[in-house]
Amino acid sequence: MSATKAPLLELRNVFQAYGRSSGEKGPIVLDDISLRLDDGEIVGLLGRSGCGKSSLLRIVSGLARPTGGEVLYRGEKVAGPVDGVAMVFQSFALFPWLSVLANVELGLRAKGVREADARRRALKAIDIIGLDGFENAFPKEISGGMRQRVGFARALVVAPNILLMDEPFSALDVLTAETLRTDLLDLWVEGRMPIKSILMVTHNIEEAVLMCDRIVVLSSNPGRIAAEIRVTLAHPRNRLDPEFRQLVDQIYALMTRRAEPAKMRESTFPGLGLGMALPTVSTNTLAGMIEEVAAPPYDGKADLPTLADSLQLEIDELFPVAETLQLLRFAELAEGDIRLTTAGKRFAEMDVDQRKKLFGDHLLAYVPLAQRIRRVLDERPSHYAPATRFREELEDYMSEDYAEMTLRSVTTWGRYGEIFAYDEGAQAFSLENPQ
Amino acid sequence: MLNRFVALTSLGRRTLPNLWDFVALALVLGVFALAAPGWRGMALPLEAPETAQLSLDYWELPYYGLRTTLRMFAAIGFSLLFTLVYATLAAKSRRAEMILVPLLDVLQSVPVLGFLSFTVTFFLGLFPGSTLGAEGAAIFAIFTSQAWNMAFSFHQSLRTVPRDLDEVAKGFGLTPWQKFWQLEAPFAMPGLIWNMMMSMSGGWFFVVASEAITVGDVNVRLPGVGSYLALAIESKRIDCVVAAVVAVALIILAYDQLLFRPIVAFSGKFRVELSASQDEAESWVRDLFVRTRWLRAAAAWPASLLRRASLWKMALPYAAPRLPESRRGAVVFDVVWFAAVGAALLYSLSLVFEFLRSAVSLEEFRHALLLTFYTMIRVIVLIALATLIWVPIGVFVGLRPRIAEKIQPLAQFLAAFPANVLFPIAVIGILTFRLDPDIWLSLLIIFGTQWYILFNVIAGASAFPNDLREVSANFGIRGFAWWKNVILPAIFPYYVTGALTASGGSWNAAIVAEYVKWGDDTIEAQGIGAYIAAATAAGDYPKIVLGVSLMSVVVILFNRLFWRQLFGFVERRLRLS
Repeated sequence: MSATKAPLLELRNVFQAYGRSSGEKGPIVLDDISLRLDDGEIVGLLGRSGCGKSSLLRIVSGLARPTGGEVLYRGEKVAGPVDGVAMVFQSFALFPWLSVLANVELGLRAKGVREADARRRALKAIDIIGLDGFENAFPKEISGGMRQRVGFARALVVAPNILLMDEPFSALDVLTAETLRTDLLDLWVEGRMPIKSILMVTHNIEEAVLMCDRIVVLSSNPGRIAAEIRVTLAHPRNRLDPEFRQLVDQIYALMTRRAEPAKMRESTFPGLGLGMALPTVSTNTLAGMIEEVAAPPYDGKADLPTLADSLQLEIDELFPVAETLQLLRFAELAEGDIRLTTAGKRFAEMDVDQRKKLFGDHLLAYVPLAQRIRRVLDERPSHYAPATRFREELEDYMSEDYAEMTLRSVTTWGRYGEIFAYDEGAQAFSLENPQ
Repeated sequence: MLNRFVALTSLGRRTLPNLWDFVALALVLGVFALAAPGWRGMALPLEAPETAQLSLDYWELPYYGLRTTLRMFAAIGFSLLFTLVYATLAAKSRRAEMILVPLLDVLQSVPVLGFLSFTVTFFLGLFPGSTLGAEGAAIFAIFTSQAWNMAFSFHQSLRTVPRDLDEVAKGFGLTPWQKFWQLEAPFAMPGLIWNMMMSMSGGWFFVVASEAITVGDVNVRLPGVGSYLALAIESKRIDCVVAAVVAVALIILAYDQLLFRPIVAFSGKFRVELSASQDEAESWVRDLFVRTRWLRAAAAWPASLLRRASLWKMALPYAAPRLPESRRGAVVFDVVWFAAVGAALLYSLSLVFEFLRSAVSLEEFRHALLLTFYTMIRVIVLIALATLIWVPIGVFVGLRPRIAEKIQPLAQFLAAFPANVLFPIAVIGILTFRLDPDIWLSLLIIFGTQWYILFNVIAGASAFPNDLREVSANFGIRGFAWWKNVILPAIFPYYVTGALTASGGSWNAAIVAEYVKWGDDTIEAQGIGAYIAAATAAGDYPKIVLGVSLMSVVVILFNRLFWRQLFGFVERRLRLS
């Protein structure tokens, strides 16, 4: 690499931790991320919820400050929102009280661009992005796809060098998302957008392979760069192309592979033992997944991309289910496959009561938090313990949101497995179910 | 903010005014014509405030009504200004927030009517020899009944600005001034306007109470409906009382139709929601305005001016590179800040204590405490009574959309109507039938505030989900089980809101309702309200301070220990999301 020209954007050893009100550093979100973005490329940040990819995007845009490390834009250190960077949001983030035109103009007008100028440039951006005729509509009057087009026009009108996209298509239905992706890629390939480079966050593997020149896979909790994959397929890419499929399979395999096999059983979820952050997965979904994999055509072993396709699940939804099954020893994940264990196969054939029993047994055996709650309840003569006790304990290991989510998950699972009861009003665990 | 694009193109094609322009213009000019003499009267110098000439002639009522309305406008204007500054300060500065929010909470609970005597003397001293002093006192009294909940609502909105919109604003580098007008103020608009309406409703009560006031030997009479009413009471003219009732009713109706309906309809645009909502607020005045051509063109210029102003940078040069303050600096500043606050607190406490100790005996204190207890019993019993009566009726009405459509505006109107205008009529009844004032005056406390319970319950019952109705019908849930398990839990969140408002209003009303006059007859109930009112009439300041302080403390305790707990319970268990 020649050092004559600074890259468009460079991240050096970026490190991010939750701030605690007491001032000490909380759990780590992003750990030692180094990344560069050059002219003319689309880079995808691929990862699951909790890998800190949205935080990373906010650090890049200057909206958030990293706890450690630095971000360089054209060789200059970023200390606040950067002029040459614009962002497209998952939720569109349009101002509901402004018309489409006014929304697009806002960025220019705020910078003091003259009214006529701003109008001209906004109309041009609206034209490029295919919003003609909607200039005077208000956001609530138009469809989701059109709203996101406004989001794009608003970002493009300020002529940024870098376009950041935070899961821009995930709030849209499948067909709309596909149209928007293709339109965007066409504009990009034809060079009709005044941007030099795109950095996008996604949890959709196919989307990443379809759009990006380079895919950066992030591992979860804390977010680390797990792999970097170059995609050299020419645009327009065909999803049915064997090379395309192979790449998708390869990324699936990468995302289900464990770095150290010895640690695998413990490291399914971030954190160890009590500090394990549990995802929100309903017991119905778990049972449904076991049944699906147990039944033909899979007969106990399924390819994850195929399974995701047939169940219409994105990895953000599929992985937590599969990994919960792995945690509970009902299934094993390896190289992009899910395989039911003996217990998993037995579970599939049981009736409701037997399933609850088996689930409860596994929960107690393999989820330390469930064990802990049960032991505390057993030890106390009252068989009663307030939830705050466990929540505070969890907050030593993870953020408040994660602690809340983890406690909710273990409550749901514990109720299903009938290993303890929970009273929402009193916010307390007990061993007694209402008679 | 009219849509400029449409306005300009339509202007280009046809510029002749149409019929709607005339109607709207007539309305606007009419308002101007009405307002002009009112303002002139306000600043007129006056020989001495107590010699203001009032007449009981019916034909003076429109003018008096106008003066009263202008007072309301002035007060709401000040409240708005206060809200924008105070709530913004509280939302932007962590340290200011620590003081400002609890302060607001207390101010909200203080029975402001009790302080009339202080504010009147203060403002009269501020503008000696002019009516402005008395006007200022009246406007201030109304202001204190309006500002707090508006500020609360605005502060709440500022704290809950959607994160993504905030990030957009930051990403585009909007200055604080731009961000305030482009994002924060519009986002807070619907809540603020709703609270302004509630404030207006509350304000009528105070304007009536504060126009004619006697503090010791200072006797203030401002031209207005409230003074007219006071004069009618002194002269024992029941016909004039009725005329005042009619006048107030008409003013409130006009206010609602001409001002608030259009504003509410307009504010619908600022709601952050993903789909166009089904129940758009309607207003004929707004429709009229939208259909006019000239008027709209005339509005385009000030509108664009405002838009430009909202885009000024207003960047403060020294604040530009805002670095996060160092931890140590923050701690030091915190310590200094807390020390200053603590010192101010101690100082004011010592002032109050010193004042009471020098002027009030322990016996007096015990007496006042007992009276506060009586009034508390009254408020509790009456809220319970109103609940027993209005909850079943509200449920009945709310579950029948056709009836609810007609009753709901009526209930809201009644809530806005200042009940103190009707007090004389009740007093005549008590005098005629020689009723026990301790019991029958109590009814007046709840008279104006019970409607809050009614219309909130109606709203709750109207919002009851249809599928839950069908389920309970399907399983044949009837009678007591239906009330207990189905409808009461569903309306409870609404009921709590209504009952809280009613309870707060009742404490304030007690000051006026426990001590009423008809001509030379004074009827008094045993209670802290009567205690404060009598002390005010006698100009006995220590007693006023004692009474108001006791009442404030009890109200705050009541809110914290009872209402807030109830709200917590509702949030956790009963919210149908």
